[in-house]
Amino acid sequence: MIYLDHAATTPVREDVAQAMVLCMTEQGHFANPGSDHVPGRQAARIVEQARERFAALIGAKAEDIIFTSGATEANNMALLGGAAFYANKGKRIALAKTEHKSVLDPCRQLASRGWSLDWLETDGQGLIAPDTLNAALRDDTCLATCMLVNNETGVVHNIPALARVCAEKQVLLHVDAAQALGKLPLEARRWDVAMMSFSAHKLGGPKGVGALYLRRKPPVKVQPLIYGGGQERGLRSGTLPVHQVVGLVRAAELAEAEREQVFRHFGRLRRRLLDQIVTALPQVEVNGADSAQSPHILNLSFHGVDGEALRADLVDLAVSSGSACTSDHAESSYVLRALGRKDSLADASLRFSFAAQTSAEQVDQAAQRVIASVRRLRELSPLWQEQAA
Amino acid sequence: MIYFDHNATAPVAAEVFEAMQPWLTQHYGNPSSVHRAGRLARQAIDTAREQVAALVGAQPGEVIFTSGGTEADNLALNTATPARTHYLIGSTEHAAVLEAARGKVRAGAKLTELPVNRDGLIDPDVLDAALAKSQQRSALVSIMWANNETGVIQDVARLGQIARQHGARMHSDAVQAAGKLALDFATTPVDLLSLSAHKIYGPKGVGALLRRRDVALEPQMLGGGHEDHVRAGTENLAGIVGFGHAAMIARRELQARQQHVQALRDALERGLAELPNVQIFAAQAPRVANTCQFGVQGFHSEALLMELDRREIAVTSGSACHAGTGEPTHVLLAMGYDSDTAHSAIRVSFGEQNTQAEVETFLQALADIAGTDAPAFAAGLFGG
Repeated sequence: MIYLDHAATTPVREDVAQAMVLCMTEQGHFANPGSDHVPGRQAARIVEQARERFAALIGAKAEDIIFTSGATEANNMALLGGAAFYANKGKRIALAKTEHKSVLDPCRQLASRGWSLDWLETDGQGLIAPDTLNAALRDDTCLATCMLVNNETGVVHNIPALARVCAEKQVLLHVDAAQALGKLPLEARRWDVAMMSFSAHKLGGPKGVGALYLRRKPPVKVQPLIYGGGQERGLRSGTLPVHQVVGLVRAAELAEAEREQVFRHFGRLRRRLLDQIVTALPQVEVNGADSAQSPHILNLSFHGVDGEALRADLVDLAVSSGSACTSDHAESSYVLRALGRKDSLADASLRFSFAAQTSAEQVDQAAQRVIASVRRLRELSPLWQEQAA
Repeated sequence: MIYFDHNATAPVAAEVFEAMQPWLTQHYGNPSSVHRAGRLARQAIDTAREQVAALVGAQPGEVIFTSGGTEADNLALNTATPARTHYLIGSTEHAAVLEAARGKVRAGAKLTELPVNRDGLIDPDVLDAALAKSQQRSALVSIMWANNETGVIQDVARLGQIARQHGARMHSDAVQAAGKLALDFATTPVDLLSLSAHKIYGPKGVGALLRRRDVALEPQMLGGGHEDHVRAGTENLAGIVGFGHAAMIARRELQARQQHVQALRDALERGLAELPNVQIFAAQAPRVANTCQFGVQGFHSEALLMELDRREIAVTSGSACHAGTGEPTHVLLAMGYDSDTAHSAIRVSFGEQNTQAEVETFLQALADIAGTDAPAFAAGLFGG
């Protein structure tokens, strides 16, 4: 199987798994970091070290970091928790339809409770212009949310520029950076964003852990989603999973250390895959932005093929159409439809996504399979034959 | 190091970690992905769901995986209409239930904290009366199966029956009961049951809420149809596999493990009886076999813990979630003990690696510290 679905999830790196096991078994630091005894305090120190190191990676301070069970929880905490805390400022949120479901769904729930959602227009590539945001923010806008890297297309938002717009209008900006950590340089405090969400399993860390950057200066507050023992400064109760936190931070550090080199590697892989496919096949659309693209993702739409047939034909090639979080619904990508792709074309789309260990050979094999499948399906398609004639 | 704090957390069993490892580095698909890697991951989660369900006599379809017991408790108490809900919870509940319920009060809910007797038990008649008074509100009863500090086992079957009679929903936090008692979700009148992996030699960061299929729940996290649309977020694949494996072993080893810790506790309590001024809390109540909470009169637990800590013995006063606050445990206060007594509490919770020799070392250390020849030490640290 060729796995080119690293935007859905990645394997845990060996180094990371080894660090995790040191915090799990009887011989390791397995204690509860909330316990006030020698092993408990040791576990707590590990967590605090991890917090400092993670903060350093994203241009933040340790006090800004809340560990969560993943980016979904971080997004929900930021939006539901932030909305609950700041509701008196106004019940209005600005966002685009291309956000991840874990941003859209909490916002829609808020809408069902009387909040207004202002939908931000994106350009044909899926990007929100600072002027668009500026025009959309009103006096009673409480929060704006914008993803740094889109999980389906890989387009990169200019967060510093969007954050400046929000700062001028005194609107708190939340950024879903699940796809950006380890791929792009992050400067949480310098960009002046209020909140930022992270996930470990997109960059060689374990599933089930993430973090929320919650700016401490000037302070941004949220109402907790989960109450209990008061861990994470009372904002997120529950025994801290030490091994998971260590896994997150170790994976993020490894990714950061090789970030620039891997970024170039992604660029070469993406170009290689794209060149082969568009050279061999006419009528292929690229869903992305040349000027603002994270190269770990390549999203293509194929005219003249049925999406379901294409996916069924590509056995042993693990790619996705749309995000994994929505793939159990038989529904074409809402992100691509928001970019103006017709239903059938959005459905006939594939997202390829790479990791550091992805090789040129894997990409070549993937290209050959996709080219062969699309050709075969087009030959079988009366519609395509008609068009060609 | 002697580790007697298994109610706070237990190490991941070697066998459990071995089961988890392939799901970290080799089989790593996103369970929501439709390709083969994804389907393989989905199957692993389904297997774990069966294993967890089997531990507590439930159906796999009743298992909702969460990030732990705390999240499960919060989810159980989450309702779309808190302002119309009356929560009736035990006064000795874990902070996860207590604080979640108090959070609902801020959203307009009514809250009744049910008193317990000196043994930490809730009188069924008290629940009955409280429910009888609770008209025009949907009632949600939450009573823990086994207490994390004292080990006291509530009569959940009887209490659940009363809840049923009143048409109330019944939740039980079984984090400290699973793997220690034979639970049967199918035949016990409870609608919701919370579990945690790291108390049964599984990993931290994973737990479950069991839910009868006819019970509607309001998700706390949204964004994808995961876990029957009740709990969004990419599943903690390796963690869930570990939880399933830990549950399977816990079911298999239930009796052997309980016999082991029971023997240790019997030895401990025989030894404690020989020390002056020691009282064991809820000694006459039904308790899970691994837990003993006691106090040495005249000794503030913090002083005692510090001395034990120095001797590399890890025990606690109350719960880990409560450690370091300097507050006495709410559990003993609710049981009617005064503040000084509550301040003296030491909790020992045994696990499968513990030995009789460790119990002897512990008793000797306790005798050295709290023995009669150190009155000045004791006097200086009296009270709280």
